[in-house]
Amino acid sequence: MTPAMIRCEGLSKTFLMHIRGGTRIEAFRDVSFQLSAGEFLGIRGPSGAGKSSFLRCLYRTYLPSAGAVWYTDSAEVTHDLAAADEHTILGLRRQEIGYISQFFPVIPRVSALDTIANNMVFRGFPREASLERTRELLERLSIPRRLWEMSPSTFSGGEKQRINIIHAIIARPRLLLLDEPTSSLDSATAHEAVLLIRELKEKGTAMIGVFHDTALLSSLSDRVLTMSPARAGETGP
Amino acid sequence: MGEHADASLAERIGTGAGVLLSVLDLEKRYGPGCEACLELTGPQRSTNICPRCRSVIALRGVSFDLREGEILGIVGESGSGKSTLVQCIYFDQDVSHGEIRVNGQNGGCDVTGLPRSEKRRLRSRLMGMVYQNPMQGLRLDITSGANVAEKLLEADVFHFARIRERATGLLARTEIPAAFVDRLPRTLSGGMQQRIQIAKALANNPPLVLLDEVTSGLDVSVQARVLDLVRELQRELGMSMIVVSHDMGVIRLLADRTVVMKDGGIVEQGLTDQILEDPQHPYTQLLVHSTL
Amino acid sequence: MTLEELLPGSGGFRYNFAFLDEGAKREVRRALLKAVALPGHQVPFASPELPIARGWGTGGLQITMSLIGPNDVLKIIDQGCDGSVNAVNLRKLLVATTGVRTTFDSREATILQSRHRLPEIPLKPHQVAVLQVPLPEPLRLVEPSEIATRRMHAEGDYARMWVSLYEDVIQNGAISLTAGYPCRVNNTYIMSPSPLPRWDLPLLNGAEHLTLLGAGREKRVYAVPPCTSVQPLEFEDLPFTVESFAGMSCARCGSSGTFLDEIYDEKTGLSSRVCSDSGFCVLVREGAIQPRRPTHG
Repeated sequence: MTPAMIRCEGLSKTFLMHIRGGTRIEAFRDVSFQLSAGEFLGIRGPSGAGKSSFLRCLYRTYLPSAGAVWYTDSAEVTHDLAAADEHTILGLRRQEIGYISQFFPVIPRVSALDTIANNMVFRGFPREASLERTRELLERLSIPRRLWEMSPSTFSGGEKQRINIIHAIIARPRLLLLDEPTSSLDSATAHEAVLLIRELKEKGTAMIGVFHDTALLSSLSDRVLTMSPARAGETGP
Repeated sequence: MGEHADASLAERIGTGAGVLLSVLDLEKRYGPGCEACLELTGPQRSTNICPRCRSVIALRGVSFDLREGEILGIVGESGSGKSTLVQCIYFDQDVSHGEIRVNGQNGGCDVTGLPRSEKRRLRSRLMGMVYQNPMQGLRLDITSGANVAEKLLEADVFHFARIRERATGLLARTEIPAAFVDRLPRTLSGGMQQRIQIAKALANNPPLVLLDEVTSGLDVSVQARVLDLVRELQRELGMSMIVVSHDMGVIRLLADRTVVMKDGGIVEQGLTDQILEDPQHPYTQLLVHSTL
Repeated sequence: MTLEELLPGSGGFRYNFAFLDEGAKREVRRALLKAVALPGHQVPFASPELPIARGWGTGGLQITMSLIGPNDVLKIIDQGCDGSVNAVNLRKLLVATTGVRTTFDSREATILQSRHRLPEIPLKPHQVAVLQVPLPEPLRLVEPSEIATRRMHAEGDYARMWVSLYEDVIQNGAISLTAGYPCRVNNTYIMSPSPLPRWDLPLLNGAEHLTLLGAGREKRVYAVPPCTSVQPLEFEDLPFTVESFAGMSCARCGSSGTFLDEIYDEKTGLSSRVCSDSGFCVLVREGAIQPRRPTHG
């Protein structure tokens, strides 16, 4: 068994809402798992089980209340993502850890082509090669050519989501977190997007993903984590 | 232009980036002060005015680091001290207590005690500032080009052709039409005045740019253009930024990390997305959930 | 009736030597010492009332009065000429209160008071130039507040001055200032060299003699000690130039390397050029010195 890239131990998240008089809302409790390069961990569970919150805790958008997330980076240094300082997290997000959610922050005046290509250029890849690769992927996800030079701010939801997916994938992160990435896509483009995801997985990216389509989830996952509103535990696919 | 773009990207944006600016326990008091001032004011007391001596404690115990290439957001309501903070960093105001350390200056020693002329020199080399009100940042009685030239002249650039070239180049980069380079800013729109300020702030390629409510008071569409420009320039030139705003949208767009201020003190600091989506401090929660 | 007749035995009334009382002179000399110690820096001084109105050279006058002794030889010029009305007035006052010898030959003078020109023959170390200054503050052009200009000098914050020169070039193609061109003294302060034409500024730079400048109305004195650098402000790629008199020469003495005034004869309707330095011109015409050929300009 390949050494674990990421090892989560007893992760818990409870929100303390001061503006609601100090109400505590438990999102999830005591979640543990291990994942290696090229492996896909699927997360399933009913709505309200804390799946999105869990992904956000891994990405540090939410601050975990307890537990640790040991991540070993490309330089073989291990960090606890739950407790690491902000600069470390920012660095890892830029270089190694990607996240696809259903919301894509759009910058009004930058074209779809540039928005995506820049993700590579800012990592040091030459501009022409980045643009080339971007065009390839835009074709694959059926984004009409006429839209390439336009800003995604004018795109439909489905189109924006495809840009979102390409943007995250093109950077070849070591670890990719996916929160319902294909739910706003029609079945044909969803299928193509899943192919891209599989290709990335083959190249060694570790993935943790939430999909409401259980069949899809099962076909992608090497392992599945079931979360429920009360308790979460790891089970096989 | 764009000397920083040559630096290796990994160095620029990776965890290895050095600390550019350190602010330690900064305090700014207006008024005589008394022993009770700090105790009777601050975020817990919901006031920055001492009830006993009527001094205003505009800043209290403010500490943070800023790394090279990082964008730090400072958010808070009026009276939070956020504008005072950048004015102190920019040497527009003197601090009452605490230290400001700038990397590479005097071996990283405190610069708050330097003589005024030294501060002036330091600031013209290291910092650019964009004020909320263009009247503060621009001289409205000299041309746009001259405004940018002033910064270069402050930094002892005395070659006319070079000054002219850099000024026109920067104004072009901030999308000021060539015809307006020799016009007075007074005759131009608010959005254009802000963009001239940005050009001026970048004149000496400073490693740190301070933006104080740069888009407040501008129309929404104009705001978008200015913010875009700021973002592009930061990506291109790689300088550190401190962005002060009461507008969460601006902070979300620009800042990597954010500091939340209330009544002169910092109540919370962290990753911008974490501050906006999982705020911990009661005040931050109030602020975030009040945003439409 | 004289005072002696009114009050027999009073000894009559005599002005103090050089009009000012000794206390007032010491005050001015104290200020001058400070000015010499800080080249180009304006030093305020307590300026007493004089029988000549402000705006007519009282600043230069007070300096001369504070320095002059019975063995001094005095030359006073205005616009380079000993014979102009103002120069004559000032000379009369000083002679009446000191009895010193006067001269039109700049080589003989120990104190040379002037408005608007320096003599063509460079002064020697034992000679002192006293210049009359209407507006001592070079930054007044860009900043009306005295408090602000004092701070600017103290902090060496001259960017606004430079910006006005930049704007000048943008508008006029070159720096268009003629007289009173701002100069950097001893690499420190920027000063206004009084209304000297550009022509004379190279004479100030590294001069062997002491130059004292006085503004009576503004109550400031400043100084350029001997062997001190005086650099007119210039952009690296737009060097400072002096006035050009190419192809012209003095109608009276034939010199072509001096600063020339244009004289207009109303009767004939003709204009001609003559040396501004009338003393110099006379010396050439008398054969005491050679006519000047161009060296700079």
